[in-house]
Parts: sequence; structure tokens; C-alpha cells
Amino acid sequence: MSGPNRPATGAETIAFTFDGTTYHARPGDTLAAALLANGVGLVARSFKYHRPRGIMTAGIEEPNALVTIGTGGRAEPNTRATDVFVYPGMVANSQNRWPSLAFDVASIFGLAAPALGAGFYYKTFFGPAKHWMLYEGFIRRAAGLGNAPTEADPDNFSQKAGFCDVLVVGSGPAGLKAALDAAEAGSRVMLVEQDAVLGGSLLRDPDPSIDVAAMVERIRALGGEVLLRTTASGYWDHNFLTLTQRLAEPGAVPEHGFAQRLWHVRAGRVILATGLIERPVPFANNDHPGVMLSQAVRSYVRRWGVLPGKRVVIATNNDDAYLTAEALVDAGAEVVALLDARASGPAAPAGVTVYHDARPSSVTGRKHALRKVTAVICGSEQSFDADLIAVSGGFVPVSHLHMQAGGKLTWNEEAQAFIPGETPQACETVGAALNPLPAPAIAPVGKAKKSFVDFQNDVSLADIDLAWQEGYRSVEHLKRYTTLGMATDQGKTSNMVALSRLAERQGVTVPEAGLTTFRPPYTPVTMGLLAGAGARNAGAHVRRIPLHALHAAHDPIWQPLGYWFRPRAYPVNGESLAEASLREARTVRTLAGLSDVSTLGKFEVSGPDAAALLELVCATTVGKLAVGRGRYTFMCREDGFVNDDGTVWRLAENRYLLTSSTGGADRMAHHISYVRNSLRLDLKCSVVNVQEHYAGIALAGPKARAILASLIGAEPPRHMGYAPGVLAGVPVHVLAASYSGERAFEIHVEATHAAVVWHAIEAATRVEGGAPYGLEAMELLRIEKGHVVVGGEVDGRSTPHDLGLGGMLNKAGGFIGAAGLTRPALSAPNRNNLVGLVSLDGPIPEGGMLIQRAGQSPQGHVTAAARRILEGGAIALALLQGGHKRHGEEMIVTSPTRGEKARVRVTSPHFYDPAGERYRD
Amino acid sequence: MYQITCPHCGPRAQTEFTYERTTDSVVDPAGDAQTAMQALYTRANPMGLDDEIWRHTYGCRAWMVLTRHRVTHEITAVKAIGPEALP
Repeated sequence: MSGPNRPATGAETIAFTFDGTTYHARPGDTLAAALLANGVGLVARSFKYHRPRGIMTAGIEEPNALVTIGTGGRAEPNTRATDVFVYPGMVANSQNRWPSLAFDVASIFGLAAPALGAGFYYKTFFGPAKHWMLYEGFIRRAAGLGNAPTEADPDNFSQKAGFCDVLVVGSGPAGLKAALDAAEAGSRVMLVEQDAVLGGSLLRDPDPSIDVAAMVERIRALGGEVLLRTTASGYWDHNFLTLTQRLAEPGAVPEHGFAQRLWHVRAGRVILATGLIERPVPFANNDHPGVMLSQAVRSYVRRWGVLPGKRVVIATNNDDAYLTAEALVDAGAEVVALLDARASGPAAPAGVTVYHDARPSSVTGRKHALRKVTAVICGSEQSFDADLIAVSGGFVPVSHLHMQAGGKLTWNEEAQAFIPGETPQACETVGAALNPLPAPAIAPVGKAKKSFVDFQNDVSLADIDLAWQEGYRSVEHLKRYTTLGMATDQGKTSNMVALSRLAERQGVTVPEAGLTTFRPPYTPVTMGLLAGAGARNAGAHVRRIPLHALHAAHDPIWQPLGYWFRPRAYPVNGESLAEASLREARTVRTLAGLSDVSTLGKFEVSGPDAAALLELVCATTVGKLAVGRGRYTFMCREDGFVNDDGTVWRLAENRYLLTSSTGGADRMAHHISYVRNSLRLDLKCSVVNVQEHYAGIALAGPKARAILASLIGAEPPRHMGYAPGVLAGVPVHVLAASYSGERAFEIHVEATHAAVVWHAIEAATRVEGGAPYGLEAMELLRIEKGHVVVGGEVDGRSTPHDLGLGGMLNKAGGFIGAAGLTRPALSAPNRNNLVGLVSLDGPIPEGGMLIQRAGQSPQGHVTAAARRILEGGAIALALLQGGHKRHGEEMIVTSPTRGEKARVRVTSPHFYDPAGERYRD
Repeated sequence: MYQITCPHCGPRAQTEFTYERTTDSVVDPAGDAQTAMQALYTRANPMGLDDEIWRHTYGCRAWMVLTRHRVTHEITAVKAIGPEALP
């Protein structure tokens, strides 16, 4: 079968569907070429006004023919029909129409166009809020492109690093020559082409003197890499480029595992042979199916053997469109008229009538094509029966990558075009982009309201005029107000037309009107490609704690913490998380529990200046510690805010162990390294990060001391003491520190021997009625005890004073953060201070706001909510303005997002054993 | 993405490195608050070259000073700092 625009040759072997109808394509057809061959001109509805749209271009710049390709999780919305190659069984669907493409209810918006013009969104924002509420639902339903698939994308995406001496972008005559020259000169070459076929403009305008196949064969023979269906989409610093390579067409099942590949390429030199994009011509209804760029018409005729129209009008301001006339005549089409806006032009093919000083003013159309073209010729109107108009308003050098590289542009008045100039990177542009044909500025003659500039965002000349009338002078403001150039095509066909209009309105030259910024990506990029393997939940490497397998045997509830997973609770007999954690916490309070704390940050600092280094890093004193003693400590940033906290222990005369939070360990490692290796090179000490060298086991509870004594065969150290020991035949460090509020010990052991030690402690603990406890029980215990946690109360905005730690600061100063802390604002009375909250009714909502009465601005927030472990009753920790002086005050905790509320009394954050009698000797 | 020539490892991608600060924003822990805050918050940011402290965190972990152009991002010099700088 063949469509009306291409005679059947038997090559139409590929069946595909568009909106449910089956059509046939030839190998090598883009969807656009296949649709045109089958006489399908109407393929889309526009974004805002739902106007009927067809195929305007033959390349990636296509603004109109956006379709959804594929089904289910593989569906790819907003794909340009000109940038997808038909494969057997391809399912394509039009977008933004209801109930059907041909009869679309929302197209009445076109009638309401005056109300929906430029700045419509902005104006609704400035109106009463209730108006926006009214418009919002309406706009969200009506405006838009294709729908993102709701199912997960089954495809895999690959990422690959590439290196080359010369990267050539574009395989037209200039790119091929540059790549071959570089390869012959001995350079490692990468040649990338976004099309499925090499040749660029040669596919439209063949040149018998250029043998593409031979050139490519030679480039490959010299070791060059040639990548098809690959778009250089981003040009970053130091000649780093991202390439997006399609390994399968949209919606297709990939043959070799990956749908697309993202290349990260570092190139010695970059050669941009990116060519030109043709400029459309503004006239009334210039967005109708049947209005096509002149070079696109030539491509369809010459490359695909498709005649997009049988009676064609050509409108141009340059010589190139005459070649289109020739191609059409050769292919048997009738060129009804060639409208040249200039006073003179080259010779036209025989039988083609050329009109000079002739500009199109409007077209009228049928469903899939045009009916009539009206032009102003030497000042008077004349109409032509035609089904297609091929337009050329000049040429725009593709300078996107050049500009992303930080390049400059020079203005070519003759061509009305910006030409790529210098860049600060090792990058040059070659070929047609440097030499666009002369194409004078032509004033449009059609009705501005229906003369579209940005087809994808439905921006007309009238919208640009309106923005200008309303005072938008800068091109950046014009862009934001009208949304011009902000659609998925990033204004590839519209920016220069709009800029010319703005310059004309302002009475300045185009370069004076300015340009908007070119940003990556050059063409839309699938999110899955950027995520790569990370899309399968492998964004960060999961590390295993040494005892992971041992915990797994208990089948705990896991919780991600830093890079690791740690048991959150060990439920037994079908307990819920809340039940299990409460049981575990009660066991710690009354008997004993053991917990894995292996992920704590741990740094061993040794050398004669070890104490001096620690006194820089820690905001508390360290040097006064006796050997075998430790203390709680915290670290500040240079601005005085608390950065992390932990404990510091003097293991030997010149040897210390510093611990930090799990999540802050990387940050501390970097900070300590900065202090040691950049700030104070004079200090004689070494720092070793032993975070994963040691596994840590906490043993806590009234019976902890007796259990440990029996295990190590000696009296354990008293509170905040350190002692080396041997447990189950394994050397261990015993640190007597309590996070839970009970008598407690941290036993640190080389990771490889941790299991033996855990088993011994667990067995001895279970004999005493104890059990392992997880992070949730630890949270209950520390909240009741009033201990802060990094990431909770230590939120980067709290000072030592805010957290009630001010008394521990090293009075001698000299630590990092000491200077910052002297700023008056850091000790202002209304700062957020750590307080406790006791509920006077129900549970306290986590994250709730603290207020005195309804309607008031929040005066603080809940950082951690829990319950008393033994007695019951809700408690919480909170940061409250001036909280240190507000103990006893009654307040309300409200969480509008959860719809929960509680009356609370502000208290000290230490709910349990404030004097520490349970662990002190 | 920059390409940074580590004095120890040679040219490597920026993703292996961590930016620390400019050399003129190094705070002397023994200094006064005003000088410290000036270094942290009210630094000049002129066009042109700039000395910055970086670390090859996901490589050899050494510290270095990069001389980098604030506009073009060109890196004109990399010097090792710390004991690693010793011959």
C-alpha cells in the first residue's frame, strides 16, 4: 500500500500505527516522512489554543509534530515525528486532543485567544487568589503536551566515558572533511551525527564529488569512532561534552540491552559542523498543516521520495528556495508561484512563475493541507490555489554548543544572522554555520494575531507586540512574559523571528536587542538516561556493616543510615515496630540491651601534637584528659554553629580516639583533613579514619557492668573511662559512654572479629534477660535522656548555647568556631533553644509547630517526638524561641499537614535522670 | 566539568575532587571575629584569576591550590600543599 504522496514501489514493508490506523513505511523513513507519504498532514494540536498542526520541518528543530511513541512504560511523549525512524509495529499517537485529533473540543480556545494572550499566567497571579484557583484546574486540563507514562520504564540506560583528540559534531560535508583531516593527521577522532544516516545536508542536496561512504570507511580504518543517532547535547567546561546516543528508537524494545547511552566525553579539540536551521516566515495561519520550511520540502522530495504537496507556493527572501522549486519540478509537482520578497533573484526553473516584492499574508486550509495562499505582491493582494507553501525566511547558524562553550557571536547584517566567533575553549565552528546565505530582513504583512512565531508555545507576533507595549524591553523579560523559546524545542525556529520583531519595535538593530542564553540540553533528554543505573535504586553504593549477616538472621526491620543499613528493631512474635522498640527500650532501662553502633565516625589521632589538633577541631577542652579517660565533645563550623558531636578518648599519652555521628563522618573526615593537611601543616600528628576498621557494639542497662565484667574478666572502666581488654579471646577497646542514659559501654573491635564478640555479649545479655535493641529504641532512649542528634536538634542553625552545651565550651578559645561564636546574634535571647515538651493530652505530632494560640506564627518546632519508656505519656524535644527561659509555659503543637494537635508544657529536655546518677560512680 | 591536573595523579575529572575555599578565605582559628567573618562572608569576587584550595578526595586525597579563572574557568596552575609537596 502507499499513500497519495508517494507512488508505491513495493518498498513499503514496515507497518506502524498512528492514532490506531495502520500505515506502511519504507526502511529509512522518519515518522514524519511516512505520515506525509500516507497523506497525513494533521498530526498534532497546539499547546495553548489546540490549533491543528502538521509537520513543518525535517529535523530535530520541529516545533509542531510532537507525538507519543510506544506504549506502557516505554511510551515516550513529546517526541518529534521528524526525529524518530519507523520500525515494524511502532505505535504512534497524537497528543493534547480530545476526543480526537480531527475534532478537538478545546480548539475553541483559539476563539478565546485574545484572553489567553501573552502574560495570561502573570495576570492571573496578580488578580484575586480565588481567580487563580478558578483558572488553575482549567489551564492544567487544557494546556500541555503528551502525558508522562505512569508505569516504570522497563528499559536500561547506559553511561560511558569517552576520550578523543578531536570530536566532530555533524557529518555534513564540513564535518566529514574535518573528521577525515584530523584522522589522517593521526588524531583519535569521534564523529557524532544525530541522524541515522551520515551526510547532513548532502542527504538533501547530494554532491557527486563527495563520496560519504568512502570518507567514513577511511575515518574508521584510521581508528576513528563514528556514532549515529547521537546528539551532542551539552558542552561544559574544559571541553567536556555530553552525548546522548539512541541505541533503540523510542518505544522500541532494545536489541542489545540498552535503550540509550549517555556519553561523557573529554575532547582535546571540538569541531562544530552543526550547520543551519531555516527560519520560518510569519503570516496569518502560518501554523496550519501544509506550511513547511523550504529545505524540509526538499528533504522529503529528495531523501524520502515524498511529495508533501502537489500544488506548491514557495515564499522566500533568499536564493536557496529556488533549489526547492527545482526539486519539486523534477519530482513532478506544480510550483504555482515563487514569491520572492526581494526585488530580484536567480533564474527559476522553467515553468515556475517568480513574483518579486512578494510576501505571503495568509493561508486557509483543509484538514491535512492548505486550500489557498494569499500574498501581497507589489502592494496588491493575490491568491493562489495551493496545498503546500514552502517558506524560507533565511538561515540561523546552529550555535548552541558554541554558546554553551562560552563563545561569542558576530552579527552578519546581509544574512540577518549571528555567526559563531571565538570561544574560550579549544573549539571551532566550520562549514555552513559560518556562511549563511544573504537573506534580507522582511517586514511581515499578515495579521499579527495569527502570525505564529513560537509554534510550540503558541506565541504570535501580536504577543510580542503586547509584551513590548506593556513595557517589556529586555529580550530576557520578553521571553519570560510570552514564554517564547521556552518550549521543548527551545526556540530553535522562533528565537530569531521574535528577536527581529522586538528589534523592529524598539527601533534598534537585532544585536542591540540582545540574545537569550543558550543552555543544555540541545534537544530533550530522557530522565532515565541521566539517572542511568541509578534509576534502579543504585544511586549510592550500599555498604554493609560487619555484622550485617548476623543481624539479618534475626530478620529485623532495617533502616538506612548514612551508607549503611542498621536494624531499626528486632520484632518477635509478630510485634509491630512500636511494640518491639518499646520492649527493647524497656529492656535497656530495666535489664540490659546490646546494639550495633559500628557506623559511628571514628578517627585515631596520634603524635606529639594530637591534643593540639583535637583542641582545634573540638569546641571543648581535650588536652586535660588523663590517659584512660574520655569526654563528650562537639565540633563547630567556623561560623560558630555546631557541626557534629561525639566523644574523645585518650588511649595513650599521644594517642586519641575521636568519634562522630554516622551521617557526619564523611564531613568530619574532610574537615579534619583540611585542618591537618592544609591549615596547620606544622602540627606533628597523624589522623587515621578508622570508621570501618572497627565494629562497635553498645551494651547498656543496669546489668551492663556485671555482664561486661564477666566477659572481660575484669572490672570495666567507670563512666567516661577507657580500657583495653580481651573479650572472647579478641582484643577490644572498652569505652564507658552512655547515650541511653543507663550504665553503658561501647566495645570496639576490629571488624573481622566482630561476630565472635557480638555472640559472646548477646549470649551473656540474654542470660540476664536482656536482648538486642535497634535504632528506634535508641531514639526513644536518647529523647527521654535529652541527648541531641546530628540532623535533628543539631540542624546547622543551632549554636552550643542553643543546645545547652555552652558551659562545655573551651574557655581558652582557639578552637574552630570560637571567633564566629563571639558574634552578638549567636547569643541573642530569642534564638531557638533546645527544650523538652510534655504532653498535656495526646501524642505530640513529629515536626509540629509550636504556637501559643491559633493563627500565631510558629515560635519553634518539634525535632523529635516520643513517649516515656516506663511510665507512658508523650514527650518531645523541640527548638523554641528563647526556650531556655520558658520552662513551665503551656503551648500548642500543631501540624497542619498531619491535621494533629497537642497541648504541651515546656520543660527541661532532660526527662530522665537529669543528674546522671544511673551511670556515675 | 573541569579537568584538574592533580600534582600526584595527573589529569582527572572534577568529580574526583572537592572544592574547599579560596586561599583568601582561610580563617585563622586564633584570629578575631571581624577578620574571620570578613574572610568567610565579605570576600571580593573580581573577574580574573583566583587561588582556590581543592582536595583530590576521591583519588589520592591530597590537598592542592588551583589557580583558576573566574570567568573562563581556565586552570593555569596547580600546586601541591602539605607534606606531599615535599620533594
